[in-house]
Amino acid sequence: MNILVCISRVPDTASRILVGSDGKNIDTQGIKFVVNPYDEFAIEEGLRLREKNGGTVTAIVIGTEASKDVLRTALAMGVDKAVLVKGKEPDDSFYVARNLAEYAKTISPDLVLLGRQSVDYDSRQMASALGEMLGMPSISVVSKLTIENGKATAEKDIEGGKVVVEAALPCLISCQKGLNDPRYPKLPDIMKAKSKPIEEIVPAETQNKVTILDMTMPSKKRVGKILGAEDADIDELVKLLHEEAKVI
Amino acid sequence: MKKILVYIEQQNDGLKRTSFEVITAARNISAGIPMVGVILNGNADVIKSAGDYGLSKVVNAKHSLLEKTSIMSASAVVYQVAKSEEADLILFAGNAAGMEIAPRVAVKMDAGYICDCVALEVTEGNIVASKPVYAGKSQIRTSVDSDNKVFSLRPNVFTASKSEGSVNCEVIDFTPELTESDCKDVVVNVMKNEGKLDVLEADVIVSGGRGIKGPENYHLIEALANTLGGAVGASRAVVDAGWRPHAEQVGQTGKTVSPSLYIASGISGAVQHLAGMSTSKTIVAINKDKDAPIFKVADYGIVGDLFDVLPKLNEKIKSILN
Repeated sequence: MNILVCISRVPDTASRILVGSDGKNIDTQGIKFVVNPYDEFAIEEGLRLREKNGGTVTAIVIGTEASKDVLRTALAMGVDKAVLVKGKEPDDSFYVARNLAEYAKTISPDLVLLGRQSVDYDSRQMASALGEMLGMPSISVVSKLTIENGKATAEKDIEGGKVVVEAALPCLISCQKGLNDPRYPKLPDIMKAKSKPIEEIVPAETQNKVTILDMTMPSKKRVGKILGAEDADIDELVKLLHEEAKVI
Repeated sequence: MKKILVYIEQQNDGLKRTSFEVITAARNISAGIPMVGVILNGNADVIKSAGDYGLSKVVNAKHSLLEKTSIMSASAVVYQVAKSEEADLILFAGNAAGMEIAPRVAVKMDAGYICDCVALEVTEGNIVASKPVYAGKSQIRTSVDSDNKVFSLRPNVFTASKSEGSVNCEVIDFTPELTESDCKDVVVNVMKNEGKLDVLEADVIVSGGRGIKGPENYHLIEALANTLGGAVGASRAVVDAGWRPHAEQVGQTGKTVSPSLYIASGISGAVQHLAGMSTSKTIVAINKDKDAPIFKVADYGIVGDLFDVLPKLNEKIKSILN
């Protein structure tokens, strides 16, 4: 199987996010960047499918020289090949999708795996957008996956339950927690990954389709009435929920 | 803007609440620009209820291949309707289906797409969308540069309200051009959470965290959720400990919810949890630790032991509801 895993580089989820001096992006000072947590499920699934069926797993990231660290993590986990589309710091989903699509066309993967969303812009659109560009089906937010006889069978979350979706290969799968337990790279593999080659590609230039006007911290409009735990406090809370918030 | 196309959905005998939310949002930014709806294999009598919300025309796409409920075919249909209606602005509910269809339609239309919007406003003729980023730790205002524009709206954030004076909703049947190659993904089985309300659909959620101490105590959460007709949620710690299923997890690696009432009990309020529930309309926190971060996002807080508080709160709410 020829498997392409698309990864992104994001701030560690425990990071404290502050708005940067341009008022449009975060302040990256002191932020630790990691492989997008959902992409770890994608890498792991790719490796397991290769272990079962043979083939190659290629990891790709759209980014800058700095993005090499997440490719090294993917290499340490066990991917065969790492590709960096090296240009600007990605600031537009269309730019990312177009460049992923351009590369995918050159290797014709049987399966493209990615995380259900990257935890920076939380856009949840890459599997569908890429699928459309490649003319391939996509299944999003998948927590169980079987590949057999040239067909993917996937369980995905919907409101009120799950559905099972079938799609013929080649297809794209966006990975959800529960799909697998990603492996931790071992120290010798981390060391070896440092000297492995990373293929660099010049990005296709695209016209941005969206503009970020500003970034702000969420406004705190909460009432913030803090009560004790006496019976009178509980009576008061219920009264507030009933009469002030009008939610019960 | 020339025309707004709204993707609406039928569920059982009515339109989904999220569809009314999206129609209302479209109406609020339309400023006289025509609006039209699109639905797949809808029932004309059901569709007419969209008129109460100000939608005067809905294109009802009918095709035997649409019974396969494929994301690819739904996307093809919305695109065909957008073209024939000459719509340049398309709105979706940001539910599971909308989140998969919208990006495909955007690519087909060469449109910029902004997902998971929590506010839309018109500024100098252009639509400015607000969207949480970094799991809600910050928010951006963003606009689409291309002529065609696609947005998806976070469920339960936009209020559905009927328009002043209901309009007659004209339902027009439309036969899209579809082939098997438009249906490469097909739903083969649907597994409903039997008898259990999903956090994504609930108007009230009662969630438990590490403070609940063990799965055997979760009946306290369930009892309150039952009284309120709500769903049971869980923090990541509780799910990772195996006390509750992942389907109930609220937060960055779980579900993003926005109910009218969210009650967090025994949840300290890690940023990853806050990310999943901070747009809830009213938030109640119950925690022993008065310094727990959850109190910073709460409208109302009870500093106390949930083992005392939950049963009392449950009884009190029962007495009010009766």
